[in-house]
Amino acid sequence: MRSIWSHLGRPTTRAIALVCVADGLVGISYGAVAVHSGIQPWVVLALALLVLAGASEILFVGIVAAGGSPLTAALAGLLVNARHLPFGLAIHEVVGTGWRRVLGTHLLNDESVVFALDQDTLERKRAAFWACGLGILLCWPAGAALGAFAGTVIEDTDAFGLDVMFPAVLLALIFPALRERRTRRAALVGAVVAVAATPFLPAGIPVLLSLVGLLFGFGRKQLKPEVTA
Amino acid sequence: MNQSMLVLVGVLVLAVGTYTFRLAGPLLRTRAEVSERVETLLADAAIVLLMAVLTTTALTQDQQFAGFARLSGVLVAGVLAWRKAPFVAIVLAAALTTALLRLAGVA
Repeated sequence: MRSIWSHLGRPTTRAIALVCVADGLVGISYGAVAVHSGIQPWVVLALALLVLAGASEILFVGIVAAGGSPLTAALAGLLVNARHLPFGLAIHEVVGTGWRRVLGTHLLNDESVVFALDQDTLERKRAAFWACGLGILLCWPAGAALGAFAGTVIEDTDAFGLDVMFPAVLLALIFPALRERRTRRAALVGAVVAVAATPFLPAGIPVLLSLVGLLFGFGRKQLKPEVTA
Repeated sequence: MNQSMLVLVGVLVLAVGTYTFRLAGPLLRTRAEVSERVETLLADAAIVLLMAVLTTTALTQDQQFAGFARLSGVLVAGVLAWRKAPFVAIVLAAALTTALLRLAGVA
């Protein structure tokens, strides 16, 4: 455990801590809202511990609270979580092998992936991934449970601008990667596709559709052997 | 099956399915050597997906426009990231912008 921290500088450690705390606060608000709309507290806690992917949990709870079938809710949540497969393909090295993989796999999420991508060496990537993953494994269920059992500690996290923190975190962390022309083009085309599709398609699908952006990133240069590191 | 059992089954289906998605990537990669070009493509794919997650959460909520307060916060984050501000400053400035706009009555 000590090796995790020694590989990360202070700014990265502080950034990861901030993200975990913000996730915990959002968890409190989500847990309280979920219980208010008629969801049992144990459902909130079980989702937080076993699924550990906020957006899909919020969607699941929303569908069940609205009277939808739990199986429909589970399938909708799975659509949202399908992006974890390409994430694992991209950063498989940080997840670990053997028994570590059992837990490491569970820690794969937007935040831990983006912190890992932001580091330059494999050692630092691993350290950032595990620090962020373990921090969220602690903060998200703790926040959600606190909200669900203790009720309305924070009535509305939107008033504090907490809802903007998640996109701001992602933006801050992927920004360096966007300085690469190829990546930027692919990401911008993908973003336009995803946003345009959002009003018309079920949650999760628009994000997956963004991958067509890759065609515009590689596109023409595919013919030339430009990747000669 | 009563409602609680049904909800439990739903939770388990979502949990096991999500774990399977998470496991599939690393499992597939340990079974196949990939070229440097594919490696670059996969790294780009992760960035493209994260960019899509960020723009859809910046702009939409429940398939509708999320409002100018959140969008402004993300734009402030973008400007600060471009000026290479520290991470913590970027994120806190975004939250502060959105909170102040909401306080002023902007949705």
